[in-house]
Amino acid sequence: MSRFQSLVDEAIAAIDSAADLSSLNELRPRLIGKKSNLAGASRSLGAMDPDERKVAGQELNECRNVVQTHLDARVDLLASEARKVQLEAERMDLTELVGGMRRGHYHLITQARDRLEDIFTGMGFTVAEGPEVETAWYNFEALNIPDWHPARGAFDTIFVNLGEPEEVMLRSHTSPVQIRTMESQKPPIYIVAPGRTFRTDAADATHLPAFNQIEGLVIDRGITFGDLAGTIDSFVKAFFGQEVNTRLRPSYFPFTEPSAEVDISRPDGSWLELAGCGMLHPNVLRNCGLDPDEWQGFAFGFGIDRLASMRYQLDDIRELVNSDVRFLSQF
Amino acid sequence: MKVLLSWLQEFAPDIQGDPAELGETLTALGLAVEEMTITGEGIADIVVAKVLELGPHPDADKIQLVQVDAGDGQPRQVCCGAFNMNVGDLIPFAPVGSTMPNGMEIAERKMRGQMSNGMCCSATELDLGGDASGIMILNDQLDDVAVGQPLGEALGMAPDVLWDLEVNANRPDAMSVAGVARDLAAALDVPFTFPEHASVAEGSPIGEVASVEIVDPSLCGRFLARVFHNVKVGPSPAWLANRVTALGMRSISNVVDISNYVMLEHGQPCHTYDLDKVPNGVLKARRGYEGEDIVTLDGATRQLTTIDGVIADESDTAIGIAGVMGGESTEISDETTSVILEMAWWDPPSISRTVKRLNLPSEASMRNRRGADYGDGMDRATARFAQLMVQAGAVADVGEIDERGVTPDRTPVQVQPARVNALLGTTLSGLDMAQHLESIGFDVTVEGDELAVVIPTWRWDTATWTDIAEEIARMYGYENIIRTVPKGTQTGGLNEYQKARRLVRAALVGAGCDETQPMPFLAPGDLERCGLPADGITLSNPLVAEESVLRTSLLPGQLKGIAYNQSHRTGDVRFFEIGHVYKPSTTDQLLPDEHEALAVAISGAEASAAVEVLDVLADALGLPNVELRTSEIAGLHPTRSAEVVVAGRVRGAVGEVDPSVLQAYDIDGRVAWLELDLESTLNGPIGKRSYKPVSKYPSSDVDLAFVVPDGISALAVRKSIHKAGGKLLSDLSLFDVYRGKGVDDGFRSLTFHLRFQAPDRTLTDGEVGDARQRCIDAVAKAHKAQLRA
Repeated sequence: MSRFQSLVDEAIAAIDSAADLSSLNELRPRLIGKKSNLAGASRSLGAMDPDERKVAGQELNECRNVVQTHLDARVDLLASEARKVQLEAERMDLTELVGGMRRGHYHLITQARDRLEDIFTGMGFTVAEGPEVETAWYNFEALNIPDWHPARGAFDTIFVNLGEPEEVMLRSHTSPVQIRTMESQKPPIYIVAPGRTFRTDAADATHLPAFNQIEGLVIDRGITFGDLAGTIDSFVKAFFGQEVNTRLRPSYFPFTEPSAEVDISRPDGSWLELAGCGMLHPNVLRNCGLDPDEWQGFAFGFGIDRLASMRYQLDDIRELVNSDVRFLSQF
Repeated sequence: MKVLLSWLQEFAPDIQGDPAELGETLTALGLAVEEMTITGEGIADIVVAKVLELGPHPDADKIQLVQVDAGDGQPRQVCCGAFNMNVGDLIPFAPVGSTMPNGMEIAERKMRGQMSNGMCCSATELDLGGDASGIMILNDQLDDVAVGQPLGEALGMAPDVLWDLEVNANRPDAMSVAGVARDLAAALDVPFTFPEHASVAEGSPIGEVASVEIVDPSLCGRFLARVFHNVKVGPSPAWLANRVTALGMRSISNVVDISNYVMLEHGQPCHTYDLDKVPNGVLKARRGYEGEDIVTLDGATRQLTTIDGVIADESDTAIGIAGVMGGESTEISDETTSVILEMAWWDPPSISRTVKRLNLPSEASMRNRRGADYGDGMDRATARFAQLMVQAGAVADVGEIDERGVTPDRTPVQVQPARVNALLGTTLSGLDMAQHLESIGFDVTVEGDELAVVIPTWRWDTATWTDIAEEIARMYGYENIIRTVPKGTQTGGLNEYQKARRLVRAALVGAGCDETQPMPFLAPGDLERCGLPADGITLSNPLVAEESVLRTSLLPGQLKGIAYNQSHRTGDVRFFEIGHVYKPSTTDQLLPDEHEALAVAISGAEASAAVEVLDVLADALGLPNVELRTSEIAGLHPTRSAEVVVAGRVRGAVGEVDPSVLQAYDIDGRVAWLELDLESTLNGPIGKRSYKPVSKYPSSDVDLAFVVPDGISALAVRKSIHKAGGKLLSDLSLFDVYRGKGVDDGFRSLTFHLRFQAPDRTLTDGEVGDARQRCIDAVAKAHKAQLRA
């Protein structure tokens, strides 16, 4: 039993009786500080003879260590209890959300168009755009569709009251962009032209007078119909999946020759009409100042709205233009 | 164009096989099968029966008891709800055990206590179209019917395949049964021939009663005429009526049906005149006169122009619109006994212009505008017409009139096989190509390395070597062409504008906005309702009045969208739109001033919500020096809107929509609004950013509250502080705006947070104090604004 045991007992009792960290911190100087009883005992060692002092000093050190250890343990305990209390007080129901942040949504047509652009730019195409109000030259004549041509009627064109009657119109396809590109840019040309197009179709579940198309145009030396078929097939596989096949069958467009309709295979073995395409008609090249003996090319085109509605099995494409937030926020 | 298998087989008997496979072959030839129907199968069990006796049902008013003989001599009792038969009539009869076209099986049954052993049928019940009101009376229509005969046989309707084909505008030849048969026979490699249809001509020489003059040879390439007497206008025989109706035309009378039959079979439209109504049988083909008019077959009076083709009589009076529609004055009637047949070839563009101008599409004009056959096909069609007329009891006059005008040049086209292969990506020999072309009637001579190709008279559409290359590809088979990809080494990608536009969308979606794409059409008055000038370009042929004006701003469409959502109680919306607007040109250019615009519309929000979105956009795009310049902007709130100025140029507007505009749209609450001319904004300076090292030295923060008159914008105060703070001012933000107690009316307190920091040293208290004072002095001097105590 040390001669300082009573000091230790006294200190431990004080530590144990401290209820919280702040009272413990207040106690600290009285327990092990310069003004503590242990420090006082230490000072009293000076009066002892050297041998005695050595022994007593060691005893005193041990006592100090005991007190210090006890104090540290008590601090740890109280700190961890305090943390527990605090954390419990901060407990939060993370599902109690009111309002809060909300991301917006890209329009379905934008999503489809971006995806098409991404595939075609990956295939080496650039993206060309042009005006939606066009002249008869860009919408028809340069495309080898003279005024008497039966094909003109098939476009169901919406005309606007500018210039002579039927001189200015809302473009019925994005082919005018092809003409504008050929006029302004030297071959080789590899473009796709997405954008809004217009026809006098009354709005119903499957038609809109304003809809979206994407057309492609390639002009280079030595381009063949085989290149057209291969390009279309590469695109279809990238967009719809490797298992989807394409079929080309003869068709007619005034601006291409030979012309073809592209069908894609469906899982049930039937074919779905997707696109029109063909080798650029020499008259179209000539109309744009290009020599058909030097340059050959192909063009293709199809609807974006239909792809978008196919993807989500839309039953009414009027939703695309209705601005109904219940529709828009689904995608 | 519809075709029947049995009809095709009259030209190529070896066209045989699975109908679905034949359909695939037609599709691969460019004659896409839109629909395939197996006809005549449903009536296989139906027989011809004779009505023996009719009597009332003892217990029912709406049914009668009919005794019929179905060919076995045994009378059978049937209960029938129709009362249109007479004793002795021949009717279609479904005996017990038979199946109706709709799948119903006929069994013995009792109706109100009386046995019914079979069913008397109406035309509708047999899928034969027409009258559903009564039983089909066969002896009204057919001369030669036997009791007990299968109905299909009696009607001349063996089981058959009907294909509805999509025929493209460049295939005049395929607008006929014969033309489709020619293509299909070539693809199947089976023989194709035209049957001979000879007939006896025993009337007088045609020259005695009729003559033809082609006044304008550029209009009429060829005019063949025949004359028939002893014509008795009446119903057609069943086989003829059946075929004409199977291909989608109405059976009208024997003469009209024969015209249509020949047109469907040979693709040659023709016209018949009542000879007695054509003075001296004189027909002239000429252009119309300005101011001339004619009453056409449909009873309408139509103005003619000099672009139209006209058939005129001896006195030069118009009696028909060439190739489009006949005139009323010479129309065949029930009293007609003599007929002139016109089988002519008209210049297709002329026909097209007239059809379009008068909006008169018809089976005949559709063929004429694509270009009929001016060669042997015309002779064959004429012979076929004569044969059918003679068969119907008419007497043909001897000889024909055959006048000629200008027809297409049929000089052989030189085709280089190497060139064709280079176009198609094939390796066909000249001989292969020649064979493909000859299989569909092209005449090919191999001349060294080249082919001399004579285009057949039935292919008006074909003129150049690429036209011919297309035919080679078609007959070789598109699916046999090996697929390759272009060998060019192009690098693709979006241009800077397109990339920036994607960034705009990404930023706006990130800022919680939903993208909308309303149509760009407005109703008249929409622009005025928005407080905008009513200068929208109008459509010439709008579908509906509500969509007859082109937008000059995205505002009307966005407000319509917000009103739509409010009326559906979907709550407030945050919308954006990127789309074209079309303003009337301010120069002499024909096309409007069209550009891509951006709009953001936030309902239930104040102007500041739109400014926040602008800040997000400006940050995302790196727009330099964005300023708001207070201004009154059409359609926007006069005291809560500003022009958006980017690097000194006005690019748009931000603020709120004018409350009276919102009222006009029945919109509750405020609408925050941002619009930018996206094209000029994204094509202007954007994305210029420079790196400024982050300082490693401590900063000093100072808050300054100024009492500023309401007329001075926060931006102006900010600019003054910025200028005075100089390089040491590393950050400046407005963090509180206060109006109320302690601040006089007409003023507000703006509290700015300033941070001073140098990149290379710790600032002394003195330096910070000086800088702070410079800012205070500058604001006080420029804006008469006092530091708030």
